Amino acid sequence: MKAAALVEPIVDHQLAREHGLSDEEWQRILDILGRTPTFSELGIFSVMWSEHCSYKSSRVHLKNLPTTGEHVLVGPGEGAGAVAIGDGLAVIFKIESHNHPSFIAPTQGAATGVGGILRDIFSMGARPIASMDSIRFGPLDDPKHRRLLEGVVRGIGGYGNSVGVPTVGGETSFHECYRGNILVNAFNLGIVEADSIFLGLATGIGNPVIYAGSKTGRDGIHGASLLASAEFDADSEAKLPTVQVGDPFTEKCLIEACLEAMRTGVIVGIQDMGAAGLTCSSFEMASRAESGIEMDLDRVPQRAANLSPYELLLSESQERMLLVTRAGEEQRVLDIFERWDLDAVVVGRVTGDGRMKVRWHGETVVDIPVDPVAANAPMYDRKQSVPADLAARQKLDLASIEVESDPQAALEALLDSPNLGSKAWIWRQYDSLVLANTVIGPGGDAALIRVKREDGTPTQKAVAMSVDCNPRWCWLDPRAGTIAAVAESARNVACTGARPLALTNCLNFGNPEKPEIMWELAESIRGLGEAAEALGTPVISGNVSLYNETSGRAIFPTPTIAAVGLLEDVERHAVSHFEEAGLAIVLLGDTREELGGSEWLHLRRGLEAGLPPSVDLAHELRLQRLLADLIATALVRTAHDVSNGGLAIALAECSFSGPAGVRIGARVELGDGIRIDALLFGESTGRVLVATGNADAVLERARAVDVPARRIGTTGGPRLVIGPWIDAELASLETIWARAIPRRLEQA
Amino acid sequence: MFAVLQFPGSNDDRDMVFAMKSVLGADARLVWHKDAALPVGTQSVLLPGGFSYGDYLRCGAMARFSPIMAAVKRFAEAGGPVLGTCNGFQVLCEAGLLPGALLCNRDLAFICAPTHLRVERATAPFTSRATRGQVLQIPIKHGEGRYHLTADQLERLEANQQVMLRYCTPDGDVTDAVNPNGSVASIAGVCNEAGNVMGLMPHPEHAVEALTGSLDGRAILGSLIDFVGHAR
Repeated sequence: MKAAALVEPIVDHQLAREHGLSDEEWQRILDILGRTPTFSELGIFSVMWSEHCSYKSSRVHLKNLPTTGEHVLVGPGEGAGAVAIGDGLAVIFKIESHNHPSFIAPTQGAATGVGGILRDIFSMGARPIASMDSIRFGPLDDPKHRRLLEGVVRGIGGYGNSVGVPTVGGETSFHECYRGNILVNAFNLGIVEADSIFLGLATGIGNPVIYAGSKTGRDGIHGASLLASAEFDADSEAKLPTVQVGDPFTEKCLIEACLEAMRTGVIVGIQDMGAAGLTCSSFEMASRAESGIEMDLDRVPQRAANLSPYELLLSESQERMLLVTRAGEEQRVLDIFERWDLDAVVVGRVTGDGRMKVRWHGETVVDIPVDPVAANAPMYDRKQSVPADLAARQKLDLASIEVESDPQAALEALLDSPNLGSKAWIWRQYDSLVLANTVIGPGGDAALIRVKREDGTPTQKAVAMSVDCNPRWCWLDPRAGTIAAVAESARNVACTGARPLALTNCLNFGNPEKPEIMWELAESIRGLGEAAEALGTPVISGNVSLYNETSGRAIFPTPTIAAVGLLEDVERHAVSHFEEAGLAIVLLGDTREELGGSEWLHLRRGLEAGLPPSVDLAHELRLQRLLADLIATALVRTAHDVSNGGLAIALAECSFSGPAGVRIGARVELGDGIRIDALLFGESTGRVLVATGNADAVLERARAVDVPARRIGTTGGPRLVIGPWIDAELASLETIWARAIPRRLEQA
Repeated sequence: MFAVLQFPGSNDDRDMVFAMKSVLGADARLVWHKDAALPVGTQSVLLPGGFSYGDYLRCGAMARFSPIMAAVKRFAEAGGPVLGTCNGFQVLCEAGLLPGALLCNRDLAFICAPTHLRVERATAPFTSRATRGQVLQIPIKHGEGRYHLTADQLERLEANQQVMLRYCTPDGDVTDAVNPNGSVASIAGVCNEAGNVMGLMPHPEHAVEALTGSLDGRAILGSLIDFVGHAR
């Protein structure tokens, strides 16, 4: 049969608008080309200049972030960032959003989010060893959101379990603001020999360009531009064809084949075909290497008939990689893919003319300069304005808020809330053990993962990681809320005994074309930079997800922060549960009368208002160092961050059964002369509970480094007793906590 | 030497080699599924967990057609010890080397959790290091681990003492409440009539270091090492 002739729409400024390009951007394209683009070229510009691929609204702010440091090997701009951890090893990590696809098709959207971030990691030569997820939904009394939660968890588990990378942690929260736009942020971390990091570079004129992995289909076309870079409306489900379909089995084979191929030494560059598929990967690889590429689309493995060049270039079919090898040695790489039953085909060559030339059926369908598309995409310093209702949000007169009259009922209500209740229903569905490195898995403050070399030799080192954000605080004050998220994530890492090294982030915001949203984004990035600087944890990778709105209603600003830390001796670590009775409980850090933005205020008084608790970054740094010292010297085996729900919740969490299945209660006396609801449920930052057999030594070391510390009680017994206010049987509290999510999912 | 089979989609293959070699000091190596023969010197074959061929059809249904499986069958028929964990158990059932089948978990969801297992048979080659009635703590992680047999098959299995492990409480009581996946008679592991082929859903290779949770997997993998050592 004769191939169908190329029938394409007429390219004009109207079609450009439908592609999400502004009139100004359309003019810029005409200026660059000196002619009207072809349909394929228009498609390329629209995805490469989409918010998702170009960061055109955020770049101007992101460039101020601290991204370097003595350990940083690769900063932002590549697939992911890399940090040295000693012994010739490095960690590579990043977090990325898959929000809109997951709202439309929760299982596939979440699954392909996991698959995409994995490729960012192993494309740099690292073996992915740990995944985490930050997922946020509307209230669980909405059946749609019960279905979304179930679907997203099935997607994350289905992909992660099958691909053989453990899901070791994460966070889940529920709020009205996500009712029209859920969030799914996927994190992955890999281990690599520091001198064997691969980059996405198309270097060496004449070198072959290889397409490897799944065949190209029609799925996910314009996922980056029309789906990820636009708001939702009532008809969003019509965007289903922009969602991709994941195949973890192919990804697993692709991981093994790529890591094996990299060991041949003939690969000069490699990149995942993620957002905007073949287009984005080839442009970015050529742009970084200041080279060009010529490609023949007829050679691309295809799983659908009659794919047009436009579709071939823009498809976001999953599990595909683009590689450049040394000329004449490509067969060694092709043979490895063959062994794993994967397609691998030479589709083009590296050129030196700085242009992207694409042929299809013998005809040139794309001929455009690389740099104006990739490196010199539009950049906007969008208008900002302080939200008109900000003062109203922040207004809170504590004196007018009735003091909690039934602390025990409040504790039970908080434990029963989906935001504070156990997340075991979720993480029991994830394989957290594969790769045999999980020292602390889901349910701890941070995950702690032992480091092995690629040949399987274990090291003494472990990496700790945690993902955090309190969106309500960010809504009340985006800068302060983001600082608090960084501080909490780093503190969680420090609670294992590890030293925080670096950060990655996923900035989830509304429509940046609205000045109030743009202000939130800019403020948040400012806070991120300040906290990263103060804590000595550079931002080495990240992702921005904008247009998280439905019918004009934006989500709360949600800058998800993931901190990664290094523990030199994995045997010397702390867990977040009490492990022994008769130990002293010491509270590090001060409790202030801070109830603004707290869970207690929301749940018991129906208010989301006030200023978030203050953060003293200098104190945070002292606290982190103290924890590292206390844990390394084995004075402390239990350390738990005090966060959402305050001290009472933190004490309950320490007492509940940990991985060992043991429940150890506590008897605690508090009395700081502040209102008791602030004492029990206030969320003052910079606090950690530790259990120790030598309270005097802990207090002495805390005093020496100027960290406030006081002994507040003793572990042991079947009850949680806090002053005169709470005296409850642990087993019943734990049941309430454990049932918080399942009991809501069980309603029809 | 322990031959650890590597199918496309195997996930716990490297963990099995790590457990046998790095932790327990035995000689273990990966064997590619397309190989037609087991390496010279193979004393035992281990089929690891994972999702062979993606498990898109039925768990283990594709892997049994891999070239290496004919060699594994011959090895087993000649009395060689063969152990399948999780997906490996599923492959052994599909290949007809073990009775029964593994269905979707009772609550239809994947479960990753520690389980307690009562040792029902403490004999070489798989459980000589354990004692009958001993409780082992070993994790499970599977979506399709509900062991199923017909009533007749179950009767024969019990009569022949082919049930090796049952899910139980920490105190060793076999109750429905602690049967994580709805397996018939709470069965977690079985062997063939000859006693040289064993399959289990729990992961002994993930229970060999105190650092990562439990040492009890050594009761099984260590037994096999003892047996192979004696056989040499």
